[in-house]
Amino acid sequence: MNKQDILNKLPYSKPFLFVDEIISITENGVKGTFIFNENLDFYKGHFKNNPITPGVLLIETMAQIGLVCLGIYLSESEKKENIAFTSSEIEFLKPVFPNEKVTVISEKLYYRFGKLKCKVKMINENKEAICTGTLAGMIT
Amino acid sequence: MTKEAIIEKLKPIVQPFVKNEEAFKNLTDTTDFITDLNINSANLVDIVLDIEEAFHIEIDNESMEKMLNVENTVAIIQKKLAAQ
Repeated sequence: MNKQDILNKLPYSKPFLFVDEIISITENGVKGTFIFNENLDFYKGHFKNNPITPGVLLIETMAQIGLVCLGIYLSESEKKENIAFTSSEIEFLKPVFPNEKVTVISEKLYYRFGKLKCKVKMINENKEAICTGTLAGMIT
Repeated sequence: MTKEAIIEKLKPIVQPFVKNEEAFKNLTDTTDFITDLNINSANLVDIVLDIEEAFHIEIDNESMEKMLNVENTVAIIQKKLAAQ
């Protein structure tokens, strides 16, 4: 399965697709990017006259790249259809402003009995950590 | 290993994931991890991984699917220990 096949299989579309590109993907992890376009609707309200990307959307971006893309890759031969987000433990270190490009790097901790748990990090273009932590989901 | 000894070793593994303390206090053979203790399926995976480590056994997919209550879990642990 190549990178484009994985993008095609993602169950999201605009305005809730937070994956632009998969840079690399293996059995052990994935690296991908997303640009937060300044015209995204939520910037109008988060915050008033002070657009900053909501932390929940940073987690969503980490999950779409770090869990869902990797989950699609790992479960290719298993005829599984759905992935459910089951837990997150994330710390935030830096804000993300409109038009920033972020890179998500996810390392598989384990994939067993349908549960994928990963150590995930998001960095900005200066390679500074934006947020780090662990995410898990069930692939069924 | 006796059933009682297995249950004693099992309790601290299960406890961090329990959402119904009352049912955990009154644990019986038929206590179901999901319906009685309100543990979700993702945490059930962590319990099984912790059981593998604590008992030095390996659980296969088929056994995992049966490990939904205390009685079945103890039986599977005993079977895996006996096979070593």
